[in-house]
Amino acid sequence: MASIKLNNVTKSYGHGAKALQVIHGVTSAIADHEFIVIVGPSGCGKSTLLRMVAGLEEITGGEISIGGRVVNALEPAERDIAMVFQNYALYPHMSVFDNMAYGLKIKKVPAEEIKQRVAKAAGILELGKYLERKPRELSGGQRQRVAMGRAIVRQPQVFLFDEPLSNLDAKLRVQTRLEIQKLHRELGITSLFVTHDQVEAMTLAQRMIVMNAGRMEQFGTPEEVYNRPATTFVASFMGSPPMNLLRHAPNADFGGKPGAILGIRPEHLQIGATGWAVQVDTLEMLGAERLVYCRMGDEFLIVRTDESLSSAPDIGATIHVAPRHDRLHWFDAETGKRLP
Amino acid sequence: MIERRPVANFFSHAVLILGVAIVAFPLYLAIVASTQSQEQIAASNPLSLIPGSHALETYRLALFGGQNSRGSTFPPALPMMWVSLVTAMVIAIGKIIISLLSAFAIVYFRFPAKGLVFWMIFVTLMLPVEVRIGPTYAVVSDLGMLNSYAGLTIPLIASATATFLFRQFFLTVPDELVEAARMDGASPMRFFWDVLLPLSKTSIAALFVIQFIYGWNQYLWPLLVTTNENMYPVVLGIKRLIAGEAYTEWNVVMATAILAMLPPALVVILMQKWFVKGLVDTEK
Repeated sequence: MASIKLNNVTKSYGHGAKALQVIHGVTSAIADHEFIVIVGPSGCGKSTLLRMVAGLEEITGGEISIGGRVVNALEPAERDIAMVFQNYALYPHMSVFDNMAYGLKIKKVPAEEIKQRVAKAAGILELGKYLERKPRELSGGQRQRVAMGRAIVRQPQVFLFDEPLSNLDAKLRVQTRLEIQKLHRELGITSLFVTHDQVEAMTLAQRMIVMNAGRMEQFGTPEEVYNRPATTFVASFMGSPPMNLLRHAPNADFGGKPGAILGIRPEHLQIGATGWAVQVDTLEMLGAERLVYCRMGDEFLIVRTDESLSSAPDIGATIHVAPRHDRLHWFDAETGKRLP
Repeated sequence: MIERRPVANFFSHAVLILGVAIVAFPLYLAIVASTQSQEQIAASNPLSLIPGSHALETYRLALFGGQNSRGSTFPPALPMMWVSLVTAMVIAIGKIIISLLSAFAIVYFRFPAKGLVFWMIFVTLMLPVEVRIGPTYAVVSDLGMLNSYAGLTIPLIASATATFLFRQFFLTVPDELVEAARMDGASPMRFFWDVLLPLSKTSIAALFVIQFIYGWNQYLWPLLVTTNENMYPVVLGIKRLIAGEAYTEWNVVMATAILAMLPPALVVILMQKWFVKGLVDTEK
């Protein structure tokens, strides 16, 4: 078990003037036993960051240390980590047992101990019946578990997950998510989990790193990130539907901050007799709730209401929505940063 | 074909049968000729299509050499077939080893002038043995490799085709596999041995078949580098039987031809399953 420290980590491809920088100085300290999710849209550099921790990408600048040991110059195998890949990367010609045992065989672990460790991992992951099978004879979910088993048997200090759930169907994804959580509770190994899916991020993370365009936008617990987003990017990325960001809100109504962007989550808007007059654009019925897409002048606004709202507003009608005053977020219009 | 169309069915069968007949008839003729005695062949015009009864003595003569009743002597085919076998095996296996390793280097390692190296290998695709035969002969003769297995095989081992084939195959192996092996602590050669080689099995089998036949059928190169009869491969041996200044004993020539055909045919039949798999399989 170990802590991970990233100190002003940068990554660029190419040299000199043509160099393309993809990670811009990420600094964060991850404590022992923590489950950290790195989340962001595709191309934000989250996988690159993970691969730098893994040792599969060179570190252009800064320092990464695992368990107090700087690992910049170490080979992946020397970093005492294990990784679960997006496509599982199982060796197709080896049985499940051999797939899990391969790393241990190379480390020259005694055969008896390999057997024990694999059997234990297979027990945890309920793979006992499949040890003799080849990966192609397994379902997607089983392959995924083999990939995790391969990581577990190495008894590493750190687990790295590179979007391991994205190849599973929706039902299996939820199930595997719970299994990963359970696994982390049992083993308590420091984990870094990369995903683009905000639901995965919210449910799995003890703390999460939200990334955008190679920069760390926020590092905090899911509650912090959701309730106090640090930037307009985080505000619009986390949460579905996203937070409403109003540039020309009638700020004065709320003891306004002139020129600032007002953020308000869809569930914190209430349809009633008072408030902003908005025009209904579209309706979406989601079962337990209803989304009302509205227009206010040249700005768009999403309102989430209980399904119990018996009479849905008509499209084109003008309704009144009132924001909850204790749930307002203010952001600087220039930098997008949260205003205190 | 899913639909039943008798006319089309008949037509396609007719074409296939015609094709088989064209390919198989000369073969049949050779077999028939090898079972008849020299007198029968000489007397009949055209050649009888009914197998004769002298198969055993003709094949014994072809295999082990000796004199026939009219006093013509024949060199035995068996040692020549051994030369052919060794040559073909060394060429096929050597080619596979060399091209596996060079493709491995080209795909998985970064080194200076990598692109140039690849293109140099690629360009040799356009130079068949016949084009570079003069200089190659000079080198082999200077190194004193005439009339030896080394001279027969080494110049034919380097293969751009096989290197290219393996390169293409390696490129389809997912990068994540390499990365997983690195995480597992496998050295490059360990990865090559434990992961890449087992995955290439079918391609290796397909290549072995192709290269074995290529090696077995070499004619021009052995003709140049061998002057000692002990080093003649069987393909040269057939030619030697015909070139005899005296009368050509066609039954023995045909028997030798059939014998020379057997090992490659055997290789194809035995490796057929793997061969087809290697050419069409995409399972990774």
